[in-house]
Amino acid sequence: MRSATPWSTVFDYTLVATGQTLYMVGVSTLIAVLLGTPLGVWLQLTAPGGLRPRPLVHKLVGFVVDLGRSMPFLVLLVLLTSLTRLLLGHTIGPTAAIVPLAVGAIPFVGRLVQNVLSEVHVSVVEAAVTTGASTLRIVRSVLLRESLPALVNAIGVTAIALLGYSAMAGVVGGGGLGDLAVREGYQRFNDRYLWATVVVLAVIATLIQFISNRVARGVDRRRHASV
Amino acid sequence: MITVENLTKTFPGSTGQVRALDGVNLDVAAGTVLGVVGPSGAGKSTLARCVALLERPDSGAIRVDGTDLVSLGGPALRAARRQIGVVPQGDSLLRQRTAAGNVALPLESAGVPGPQRRTRVAELLDLVGLTDKAGSYPDQLSGGQRQRIAVARALAASPSVLLADEPTSALDPDTTGSVLTVLDRARAELGVTVLVVTHDMGVVRKICDDVAVLDGGRVVEHGKVLDLVADAGSRTAASLLPAVDQNPAAEGAYDRVADVVLVGFAAVGALLPEATSRFGVELNLLGGGLTRLGETPVARFRVGLNGERADSALEWIAEAGGAVRRTLAGPQGVAA
Repeated sequence: MRSATPWSTVFDYTLVATGQTLYMVGVSTLIAVLLGTPLGVWLQLTAPGGLRPRPLVHKLVGFVVDLGRSMPFLVLLVLLTSLTRLLLGHTIGPTAAIVPLAVGAIPFVGRLVQNVLSEVHVSVVEAAVTTGASTLRIVRSVLLRESLPALVNAIGVTAIALLGYSAMAGVVGGGGLGDLAVREGYQRFNDRYLWATVVVLAVIATLIQFISNRVARGVDRRRHASV
Repeated sequence: MITVENLTKTFPGSTGQVRALDGVNLDVAAGTVLGVVGPSGAGKSTLARCVALLERPDSGAIRVDGTDLVSLGGPALRAARRQIGVVPQGDSLLRQRTAAGNVALPLESAGVPGPQRRTRVAELLDLVGLTDKAGSYPDQLSGGQRQRIAVARALAASPSVLLADEPTSALDPDTTGSVLTVLDRARAELGVTVLVVTHDMGVVRKICDDVAVLDGGRVVEHGKVLDLVADAGSRTAASLLPAVDQNPAAEGAYDRVADVVLVGFAAVGALLPEATSRFGVELNLLGGGLTRLGETPVARFRVGLNGERADSALEWIAEAGGAVRRTLAGPQGVAA
């Protein structure tokens, strides 16, 4: 029977894997938010009863978005190999994992953003319309600004979802905490790696939640409401 | 001024097309307040949404100072919207902006530069009496204060017409008064033409010069409030004037019984006593009462007259400006 890996080694490997995970989750969240937010805005504007209703195109894009959301991430990871090669020239490593992570999260963000924006009351939007505001101004000053706290929370939710997905990045050599847990902890029966990764993942998820709650409250003017 | 011409709007309903507006014509002179009233389902909301240019009518025109706004689109429509300030139904303020920020929104849309914007916002907050709330967020304001901010916002871009859709429906009677006062000030101080859509006759009573009664998508009554109340058969009179209780026993004691509507201080104060002395008749008030429409006292009394010249007295009252409607010809009317 092998003796257990010393904690110092576990610590070193876990540290490296943590860096990889943070890198993959951070960059893919950023890309997904940057591309998913306009998608969500577009979905909200073109929805029936929206500011620019286009029922047919809306339905079509909505279908594609839901298709993307229903795709198991592991399948997407493999499916998008050629896209990754096209973008990066190679398909291995943490950066290569960012492509499917981001692409997989764009429809997710799109739906989240659309949901959040639809919560802005119709009378508020119409009031802005009657002031003669352009659609762009309404999107910026009314829809996005009014729902900023909820949008921040949606970003947190996305980051935590991507933290989960990133565990599968090992399939394309992305490394990260999930990969470490599977390779060292599960396949090589090394409990210490399992415990270490579980603890770090829990800490990261908690931190993301904490930060997004804090920022959401920070941008919410309503909190100043007195009795 | 604003004119609505032959406005028609149908919606698909569960049992075929529903005609929400069926040839609506309205005319609001510059600097006056028109109240559009009517039962639920009469088409008030649809009319308000059409005038706010949020709903496109099937046919008809909405003219502000002569220009038809219905057919416009794109940038021309956006520019036209600035001629009609809208206080929408329900809570419509941006909750993430201060009161001042909300009032500034139309000015931003119009591209007014910052310094001018701030001056204008200060003027409007003063108009609605909420200067001290400039930095407050909507959640920190009462319902009446929020509604006054919505009025200030609607007036920010200096529209010539102000449309208020049920501006008091969510408010208690006390705060309703403060919102109506603000609407009245807008007319008096800025000279805007005001169109108030409401189910509350109290709004008409307090601030409206004109009234239009909508029913089944049609205007069934339209005119000056003070003219319409003198018309005993009008709905406006029925809902604004004091009720007259039926009291056949008391009425039986008189030769003549009539309902008299008196408008204005002079008429209310002097007409009946003068008729009494002039014609030597006995004149008693059997019912009715006194009310106030805007600043004008208006009375509706049921009077009983005894004396040979009772008919002449009633004729004289009618000539002197009272609206007289006889209900009975005499005691025999009761017996019959």
